[in-house]
Amino acid sequence: MSDNASTSQATSPFVPSSTSVGAVMRKVIYALIPGVVLYMILFGWGIVINIILASVSALLFEAIMLMVRGRPLRMFLFDGSAVVTAILLTLALPPMLSWWIPVLGSFFAIVVAKHLYGGLGYNPFNPAMMAYAILLVSFPLQLSLWAGPLDLIAQPLTFVETLNYSLFHQLPGAMAFDSLTAATPLDYLRTQVGLGQTVEAITRAPIFGLLGGQGMEWVNSAFLLGGLWLLYMRIISWHIPVAVLASIGSISGLAYFLDPAVFANPSVHLWGGASILCAFFIATDPITASTTPLGRIIYGLGIGGLTFAIRTWGGYPDGVAFAVLLMGLVVPLLDHYTVPKVFGARTDRGNQ
Amino acid sequence: MSVLLLTALALAFGVFLGFVAIKFRVEGDPIVEKIDTLLPQTQCGQCGYPGCRPYAEAIASEEAEINQCPPGGEAGVQALAELLGKEPMPLNPDNGVAEEGPAMLALIDEETCIGCTKCVQICPVDAISGAPGFMHTVLDVYCTGCELCLPPLCPVDDCIIMVPVEANIRTWKWSNPEAVGAVL
Amino acid sequence: MNKLWRFNGGVKLSGFKSLSNAAGVKRPPLPKRLYLPLQQHIGAPAEALVEVGDKVYKGQLIAASSSFISAPVHASSSGTVVELKKHIIAHPSGIAEDCIVIETDGKDEWHSSISALSNPDALDLDELRSRISEAGVVGLGGAVFPSGAKLKPTRSIDTLVINGAECEPYITCDDRLMRTRPREIIRGLLLLRRLVNPTECIIAVEDNKPEAVQHLRRAIDELKSEGIGSVSTVRVVAVPTLFPAGGEKQLIKVLTGKAVPQRGLPYEVGVVCLNVGTTAAVYDAIYEGKPLISRLVTITGPNVKHAANYEVPIGTPVQHMLDIAGADDTGGGEQNRLIMGGPMMGHVLPNAQVPVVKATNCILVEPKADVVPTTAMPCIRCGSCADVCPMHLLPQQLYWHARGKAFDKLDHHNLADCIECGCCAVACPSKIPLVHYFRFAKTEKKEFDAKAIFADQSRVRMQIREARIAQRERELEERKAKRKADRLKKKKAKAAAAAASANASVDDQDQASNGVSV
Ligand code: SF4
Ligand code: SF4
Ligand code: SF4
Repeated sequence: MSDNASTSQATSPFVPSSTSVGAVMRKVIYALIPGVVLYMILFGWGIVINIILASVSALLFEAIMLMVRGRPLRMFLFDGSAVVTAILLTLALPPMLSWWIPVLGSFFAIVVAKHLYGGLGYNPFNPAMMAYAILLVSFPLQLSLWAGPLDLIAQPLTFVETLNYSLFHQLPGAMAFDSLTAATPLDYLRTQVGLGQTVEAITRAPIFGLLGGQGMEWVNSAFLLGGLWLLYMRIISWHIPVAVLASIGSISGLAYFLDPAVFANPSVHLWGGASILCAFFIATDPITASTTPLGRIIYGLGIGGLTFAIRTWGGYPDGVAFAVLLMGLVVPLLDHYTVPKVFGARTDRGNQ
Repeated sequence: MSVLLLTALALAFGVFLGFVAIKFRVEGDPIVEKIDTLLPQTQCGQCGYPGCRPYAEAIASEEAEINQCPPGGEAGVQALAELLGKEPMPLNPDNGVAEEGPAMLALIDEETCIGCTKCVQICPVDAISGAPGFMHTVLDVYCTGCELCLPPLCPVDDCIIMVPVEANIRTWKWSNPEAVGAVL
Repeated sequence: MNKLWRFNGGVKLSGFKSLSNAAGVKRPPLPKRLYLPLQQHIGAPAEALVEVGDKVYKGQLIAASSSFISAPVHASSSGTVVELKKHIIAHPSGIAEDCIVIETDGKDEWHSSISALSNPDALDLDELRSRISEAGVVGLGGAVFPSGAKLKPTRSIDTLVINGAECEPYITCDDRLMRTRPREIIRGLLLLRRLVNPTECIIAVEDNKPEAVQHLRRAIDELKSEGIGSVSTVRVVAVPTLFPAGGEKQLIKVLTGKAVPQRGLPYEVGVVCLNVGTTAAVYDAIYEGKPLISRLVTITGPNVKHAANYEVPIGTPVQHMLDIAGADDTGGGEQNRLIMGGPMMGHVLPNAQVPVVKATNCILVEPKADVVPTTAMPCIRCGSCADVCPMHLLPQQLYWHARGKAFDKLDHHNLADCIECGCCAVACPSKIPLVHYFRFAKTEKKEFDAKAIFADQSRVRMQIREARIAQRERELEERKAKRKADRLKKKKAKAAAAAASANASVDDQDQASNGVSV
């Protein structure tokens, strides 16, 4: 009878849930793969090395924190969330880095931004973006040196040479680090506008490629594909990606329309930076995003707007991270004021 | 530049939040009323006051602490702390301990009752009826379980006892799923 | 094809219906004892009319309806009342409630009052309605709302919906009923049609039951050719299979595009909705004069040898049915988890001693070994739950506030509108038992509200008492003051008299006695 009493406490539904956190996170990782592979082909081995460094260290930090906090290790360690965070962080960083930067980034993301706030599900700020922001503020120099697209570089590095650079900061022979790097399109744009060039002339530089960034445009297109697949798989909902891209596109389009000499065309904004990655993978991080349909739209619009503002008037290579963190601040408010109308809501009753 | 931008944004949010706080502030009834609604109204006097309302007044005038009401339990202290912006504190054991388990009601053994009317006079909610010299009875829909009528007030031992309210499907409650062992 | 609408969310589920829908309806042997709870419906419990030792016959009224929203209980077979006692009932609490226990005599003799009506179609509407109520007909889809109370709508009705969607997995009793008794369902429907006078009647069936649709359509054609004209207002509509399409509000939305108002009833949008089983019970009550004393119950599960639909007398202990159906069970549900209803919205039975009641559409026997224990992870706010919620709620927020028992926030998020369909929990990647949280929060809230009402009552009674005591004190004071004044007056008068008689010593005495009396 005692046994019956306890089983009778379990409630319906008795149909087991068909999905799991691990499955969701794995799909996110799959969706990132095409972009990462293209990134590697077009920009060299650095990204792969960084992803491995960040992921392994993220898992390590995750395991340590879980043990320190006395949480079930197996269940949380393999939920995939740490790896997703590590990959997103790495994608925000330049590909040519010393090993300790991605590792330190993982530390900030997993230990500080995630576990000190209570772990999976409780962190109010996107861990990857928080870590990136801390790194950017602490090591602005290292984080502004971007590897150029391989086809603009005379002598690309091999895997071993890249690894050698990452671990021991050594480059082959007499090669100078500068010969491997190039400003990102958005960075280049800002500095050149600062020098009084017209945008028209600037964006004719080879790093802008066809759509907004030599090489990057293809990587971003691959992310777009992965994102669309996530939408199709219903891992993410359309609200945030559409809102982010619509707002970046329309605001930059309007600015471009008003003064094409000062503002870059929307294609540069959409394909030149991390807009697409942000729209489908970063802003859609469920834990820190708004969770109501209308709230998500506002959240996405806000991120797009802030991204444009920071890119145009701020001092950092891209505005995505700060935009996401700032909008994270208003999520509780958004959630509170955008509760959808219940089925059959009576208009005279209101929602309160 | 970006520092400026961020400061400006932070300011803007600050102003917005402040505005929301002002706009949605609840203009309230006097504080005593609010405290009184949080008290369980058992009217048992364990707090050291002759009822919930006097205790509410004492809290409002900062004469009493918020941890003196055992029937309200820790949840009651919590609610008071939230209302008054104070730190929650554990119940004061001097006032008694919060009782676990089902609610208890007084029951008068009709055989032993001598009809002394003492219980009628003390019952804070007029839940006992009876006339002098006749058997008395508790109207259980009104009884708050304050235990004021128990012996020694009642001169007959075991005449008034406390009995648990019987569970039925209308008052039955689902268990707290947290107890089932979720890792949350 | 008529236009169909869709409702928000919902989940696609495997049906497992073929386990039990292949065989025809089976009639089990009578159990030794029948346990008939006085409350098998929503509303006030019925009042027992029999006493221990009474001989009862099949169909005899043994407990009477006690108010407008209530339903009577009839003996489901002949025998002797052996006990009136609390017996464990089919409720997740496992609490025992009042039951009439009948020891069957095996003769299954009908009560003398049960006979087919000679001309049921000539009954006037009030008579019809009261006969339905008196037959103890309640909603057999699971809500067990007394049907009579539904059939007196206070506004004009556009659509009469007969719900044969049966969207829960495993359950096939309505499917079987529609295949076996389509004519009775339609004739029952026509009776209901007389009562609510709708412009159209729809029998809705999920499109995973094509045979049921066929049988119903054929029956309509037959009745039409037999010259029953009113049957031409009846349509059989196949609705897409998507849980919970059979939920009353969802079905009405799918069929008519109308949303039943929040916390309102279908008649407010001009719809009356009844289950097919209920409709057949109405037929039995009117055309055959038989009260609701048995129902179709699906006994199913992966290990049930004779999984099928059984015509089970109300009050039959579940154990009896498990034995007959060959559910591999050594008694009391030790190896199996017994679920009454479907896997989405049903509940676990406390044990196999509970009786089948009017609400029992299915007994799902799940081997305990198959039940995988899952541990919930934290909510990752992915919103999958909100995407599938047919009521447009935000389960993730409700869950958060349910944990904190923040009743005002739960109100803000419309907890009361949750129909406990289970879609959210099935969609949740963190495997959070969301519905359990919502049920928990609902009962906590109910208790909280009840306590608040009780506290208000106590406060008022305390105030009344204090006022009364104050009043009495004031009266005492007044009386005292009055007495004093009276005495003063008397004294004065006396003093005047004394002055008149000029006797100082008498005056002194008077004063002294005055002092004593004070
Ligand atoms: S201790 Fe008794 S009288 Fe005092 S506030 Fe609590 S319930 Fe009221
Ligand atoms: S589906 Fe589960 S994890 Fe996702 S938001 Fe809802 S409750 Fe949270
Ligand atoms: S159980 Fe309630 S909250 Fe969950 S999906 Fe159904 S109606 Fe929505």
